[in-house]
Order: sequence, then C-alpha cells, then structure tokens
Amino acid sequence: MSDKELRVSKIKDGTVIDHISGGYALDVVKILGITGREKRVMTIAINVPSKRFKAKDIVKIEGRALNSQEVNRIALVAPHATINIICDYKVVEKLEVKLPKVIEGIVRCVNPACVSNSDEPVSSKFYVKSDEPLVLKCHYCGYILEKADVLQQL
Amino acid sequence: MPNVNFQGRDIISIEDFTQQEINYILDTSRSMEPIAKNGSDMLKRKILATLFFEPSTRTRLSFEAAMLKLGGNNIGFAEAEIASVKKGENLADTIRTVQNYADIIALRHPLEGAAKLAAEFSNVPIINAGTGAEEHPTQALIDLYTIRKEKGKIDGLKIAVIGDLRYGRTVHSLAYALAKYNVELTLISPETLKMRREVLNIIQTKIPVAEEPNLEKIIPQTDVLYVTRIQKERFPDAAEYAKVKGTYRIDLKTLKNAKKDLTILHPLPRIDEIVPEVDATPQARYFQQAWNGTVVRMALLALVLGATK
Ligand SMILES: [Zn+2]
Repeated sequence: MSDKELRVSKIKDGTVIDHISGGYALDVVKILGITGREKRVMTIAINVPSKRFKAKDIVKIEGRALNSQEVNRIALVAPHATINIICDYKVVEKLEVKLPKVIEGIVRCVNPACVSNSDEPVSSKFYVKSDEPLVLKCHYCGYILEKADVLQQL
Repeated sequence: MPNVNFQGRDIISIEDFTQQEINYILDTSRSMEPIAKNGSDMLKRKILATLFFEPSTRTRLSFEAAMLKLGGNNIGFAEAEIASVKKGENLADTIRTVQNYADIIALRHPLEGAAKLAAEFSNVPIINAGTGAEEHPTQALIDLYTIRKEKGKIDGLKIAVIGDLRYGRTVHSLAYALAKYNVELTLISPETLKMRREVLNIIQTKIPVAEEPNLEKIIPQTDVLYVTRIQKERFPDAAEYAKVKGTYRIDLKTLKNAKKDLTILHPLPRIDEIVPEVDATPQARYFQQAWNGTVVRMALLALVLGATK
C-alpha cells in the first residue's frame, strides 16, 4: 500500500500518529481510550511497509488532540512514533515521541513485593535500559519490565 | 592507601561497590579479627538502630555484637514489637523519626527496594540487612570474606551455588559480588527456582555462568559449594517440592568425588539441605561464617561511621 492510497482517509482536523512499531496500533488506540464508538472518523493501518522500519502502523483520528501524558504512554509502546497535528487538512505541528531516560509514575512495578507498590510517599520510577525492545528497570527493586508488562497496565 | 571512602555512605546493594572497594572492606574486616576478640572503644557514644521489620535473630545479633565490640550502643526493634508499624506507619516516617536517635541504621524489611527508599529519606547512613527476596549485601561480603580466608584468594575459583536461586536473597547479592571477580560460576537449582532474570542478565556479561541441574556432574571440579535453603512454601505444589527435595541434599555420598579442599558454605539457618554428618568433614566451613559475620559487620560500621580509614 502506498501513501497515495492512504490519502483516501485524509482528515480535516485531528491527529495522525505515524511510525508506530508494526502491530502496536491497537495498543496506541487503547492508550487513548478510544473504543471506536465515539462517532469520530478514524483510520487504523497496520503493518504498512515502511522505509524506516520493516513495518509500521498508522492511526488517524478526526477531532482529537493528545495531552503530554498520552504522548508519554505512547512512547512506551511506540518509541519512534511521530505525531502530526492536522488543521484544515494541513500538518501544523510535528511532534517526535521520545522516551525519557527515567520514567516516573506512569507504570507500576510488576513486582508485588516492591516497596514502590506499598503505602510509601514515593511514586514508581524506572530507568529505560532499551526502548526497542522495551526494557525498564525499577529504581527501587531492580525488577525488569518488558513491553508485555507495560501493555497489561494500559 | 587506595582511593576509597566509606564515611557516611549507605550500604544498599553490592552492585554499588567496585572490586577495589570490596577488597578494602575485606582487608578492614581482617584487621578487625583481633579487635573482635579483645574489644575496642572505636565507636564509643555511637548508636546503631537495628530496625527489623521481619525476624532474623541471627543477623540482628550479629550487628548488635559488632557494635558492642567496637564500644558502641544499640537501640531498635524486632518484628514482634513494632507497635507503630502495626498502627500503619510507613517506612519513610519511621526512618525520619529514628534518624534522630541513631548515628546509623541497619534495616531488615520484607519489601524489595526498602533499603533504597529508606536511604532517600534518611540523613544517617543505612545498612541493608536484607530486604525482600532481593539483596543481602552484608551476607555477600561475609561470603566473600569467608571464601578469601579459606582459599587465600577469590580469583580463579570454580564456585557452585545450589538451592533456591529465585527467592534466596543471599544468592543474588553473592552472584553480583562474585561477578566482580574472575571466577567461574555454576548455578544449580530446580526449574521453578532458577536464578532471576535480572540478576543473570548482569552477571553473564561479566563472568562465565553455567546453569546445571545436576550437582554430581560438577562436584569433582568445584572449589566452593554454596548451599542455600529451599523453602517448601516457595513451590507451586507439594509434588514439585518432593521431586527436588532429595536432589539438593548434601550428604557424604554427594561429596564422594569432591576435592579434598572443597569449601562448603551455607548462610544458615539450614533445614535439611546439608545432612549433619557433613558437619564433621573438613570441607564444612559454614559455622565459621558466623564469626566472620561479626568481623565484617564491625568493619562496615567502623568504615561508615568514619572510625577507621
Ligand atoms: Zn520495583
């Protein structure tokens, strides 16, 4: 499928999330809390051949902006995604998703015995050891979280 | 003198220390041997708080004895008496209170990362006396000290660790510590209790590590056999436990093909992993570890409190 064919679904105002790691579009949609019953025009393309990656996913949503919390969450499952804000069919802003080196508070440690899961005045904290494949290391207990562990929480 | 400074430092994870620093702790421990016999007032008027949120009488007594032998004092609690904790006070608040009473805190806690959290809230040094299933750095230092004392070296040894490598906290710290030396490590455990992935990932990049289910196969080459407890309650079902129970019992038959100068260690308490008949063999060195534990903890207290350089 070429970009030309994808233009069929061009949106007027909204957001295009491009370069999502192939196969993770539905997780991105889930992060945004979109069920498909919002009566918004939306296009999801999965495993589109891509120059930068072997395959990429694309999500286009009419009339929906993203907040920074959502962008950070997307970074966890699609670290190389680009976000295009569309106004009147034109790209008015391009955002690169970037996974920070340290992630605080977005995900919980999956180790039930981790002190960050108890009643202490701290939030969870992880060091990003690798973004693709995702490897997070808990600051407190040292547990390793992978993408599957993160996806379960979204 | 090497460029090391321990004054005011937290002892949280063995991973925080270089080989040079560990060697320095071991050297200081050796210099504590005569002091442990004769006593000293190096830490006069200093107070150690032992905060034990779960029971470990041995570790607590060892810390307290170490402090007393250096002329210091102890305050603290063991699990049974934790009134404020029963009332629901969190660790951060307990630490922020106790730091006003003590110069140093030894913390034992069931949750993983508790020592790290305590150190973030404390203005006095924290010594991790065992947290969760994760780490027990002072035990690892004691193990290294014992190995060096018994073998005269650590580098070049073939070391086998057997038992519960998943939940046994002492083996995680020991594995990190050994990975800083030039040793060959063999891990022996039932499938369900294999070494935790995050530990394995780190140590495999530093030293040769083999996972081997069969102890008999490797015992003839082994220089140090480190045995840990397999706790029944860790197993998903009783049948699984019964299956591995016998396999990991060290008796005279197990040692038939062992080296004459094999060193057998165990962090104690044991259940039935080592049969009592082994105790009388020259290879059994686990009861010496308790003495070594005191001198190593004396060294740590003296170094962190700046009483020795
Ligand atoms: Zn954790």
